[in-house]
Amino acid sequence: MDTEAQFSVRSAGEKPTVALTGDWTANNLGDAPARLAQALKGRGPIGVDIRKVRRLDTAGAYALIRAGGADFDVKTVKARPESGRLLELVAAAVRVEAPPVRTPRGFHEMTVRIGKGVVNTAYEWIDTLAFLGHLLVAIARALGYLVTNPKRIRWAAIFSLAERAGLDAIPIVAVTSFFIGAVVGLLGANMLSQFGAQVFAVELIGVAVLREFNIIITAVLLAGRSASAFAAEIGSMKMNQEIDAMQVMGVDPFEALVLPRFVALLAIIPLLTFVATLAGLVGGLVVVWAALDLGPAFFLQRIVDDVGVAHFWVGMSKAPVMAAVIAGIGCRQGLEVGGDVESLGRRVTAAVVHAIFAIIMIDAAFALLFMKLNV
Amino acid sequence: MTDPAPPPEVDEDDLTDDELLDTEGPAVEVRGLVSAFGDNVVHDGLDITAERGEVLGVVGGSGAGKSVLLNTIIGLRTPQAGTVRVFGQDIERASRRRWSAIERRWGVLFQQGALFSNLTVRENVGAPMFEHTDMARREIYDLADLKIALVGLPANSGDLKPAELSGGMRKRAGLARALALDPELLFLDEPTAGLDPISAAAFDELIKDLSDSLDLTVFMITHDLDTLYEITDRVAVIADKKVVATAPVRELEHNKHPWIQRYFLGPRGRAAAKVKTEA
Repeated sequence: MDTEAQFSVRSAGEKPTVALTGDWTANNLGDAPARLAQALKGRGPIGVDIRKVRRLDTAGAYALIRAGGADFDVKTVKARPESGRLLELVAAAVRVEAPPVRTPRGFHEMTVRIGKGVVNTAYEWIDTLAFLGHLLVAIARALGYLVTNPKRIRWAAIFSLAERAGLDAIPIVAVTSFFIGAVVGLLGANMLSQFGAQVFAVELIGVAVLREFNIIITAVLLAGRSASAFAAEIGSMKMNQEIDAMQVMGVDPFEALVLPRFVALLAIIPLLTFVATLAGLVGGLVVVWAALDLGPAFFLQRIVDDVGVAHFWVGMSKAPVMAAVIAGIGCRQGLEVGGDVESLGRRVTAAVVHAIFAIIMIDAAFALLFMKLNV
Repeated sequence: MTDPAPPPEVDEDDLTDDELLDTEGPAVEVRGLVSAFGDNVVHDGLDITAERGEVLGVVGGSGAGKSVLLNTIIGLRTPQAGTVRVFGQDIERASRRRWSAIERRWGVLFQQGALFSNLTVRENVGAPMFEHTDMARREIYDLADLKIALVGLPANSGDLKPAELSGGMRKRAGLARALALDPELLFLDEPTAGLDPISAAAFDELIKDLSDSLDLTVFMITHDLDTLYEITDRVAVIADKKVVATAPVRELEHNKHPWIQRYFLGPRGRAAAKVKTEA
């Protein structure tokens, strides 16, 4: 049975004594420490007797020492040997004071955080440039190997990554693009039939899918699937010192890890974009057929005649840029992972968010460019 | 510190790989090393030398900068000041070819093994050979199997992934990889930490046998007093941001430095010394 922590102060005799009873353990302390501190406050030296305490743990010992104040000497406490030893241990630990760290507050804290943010952003830019430079050197060296010693290029890694990031992504890319094409078709059919121009739904689907949605869907899905995977793979290798091991072995991590991912994405993204184009057109075709009763032959003929191949090349021309950005951001965030799990999570998230952001920005830039070029 | 006279200008391209590096003189030579993280200075004018063929143990308290020293020597960290020479080459200024020659002559065993987690043990051990030799895949895997057997791993472990190995086996596999190119210089970061006493003793014996038979220079960070007494030729003690003493372990016992006194004459140190004396 646990009993509550209690104490009593005896003022009889020349020296007042406080006697503790009950269980002075973390579970049974209650408000005893506060009352004890109140009772001992301003009394000066006082004898302490804890022989009647049933059980004493570090929380109880700490409460007693803190109540005793600065000049409380645990040696004077009357206690059973094991309790006395515990008191001494705790007293020694209490005496170790951490050097006071002045944490900035309020306005000061805000300025410190803004300053750190600005400096970190600057370093981030420098690191990004260093990454790009290193990547360019790796690419140049790989091109050199292509001529002199093709065996040195890591074909196995490139093909396995192309399979994982590319072929395995075909179903999801196709299905997503199919539905986007269908949705555009439905919207077009509804809106345009209000003024009898429903046949233009075909042009709407064609332009939207060929120019924008094929590459955007592909790139966003790759950012979610592959940028995160690249960051997590490289990041966990970094945490496990595998990258250090590589470096001391004379293997350039850019050559062994970053370049194969870069090349793999660059190689498969046109294929995926093409698949997305076909799937999106099929989605639109199905909707146009079902909702407007315009058959596949009509749909395809109209795409060829009135939409034209230029839109297809506009969409495809963005593909390599998207691939480079996704692979670059994924690998770069992976290499930035520090020693802890939290930074791994943060960097993987950052890889996806940055990649999607960059995809949208690049697409907007391309839209402006092509508008000025009248394509 | 006096620099040796600058070597006569030679065109590197005329040299064979063996001539690129010094064959005499110390294997590792660190002079005036300063390492700092922000305001926190870890090393301040640290000197350490590993002579050829010796087993050098490096000890120091937790946070004394042993791993930082190792990372600096193997080129993963750029020091704030000071020079690091490996086989006589200043690693900060070494040309690409010299670097590659150095990398072929050293092996590193990291504390956690640092095996490539997506490769099997055999592929891990073969990786340095793929990188630095033109041998055929078949030959490389045969040699890798040999190294795997050499470090005392069971024959079937070549096909396992690092995640399927125990901690002790992972260290052995890491050692096999470090030995893949028959290095002259072996860096070990706490090789016996986290091993049970039987495995640790076996590991010590393995390193001793290898260093004797292959004439290895071993640079070993360790906390294991048994290891220090058992296999090191000399021990360097890092304290107060410097190497305060380098001597055979028996002489260190008589050193007056307070940290060394506490280290070797504490209860654990005495026990290890006693065992060695009785043996």
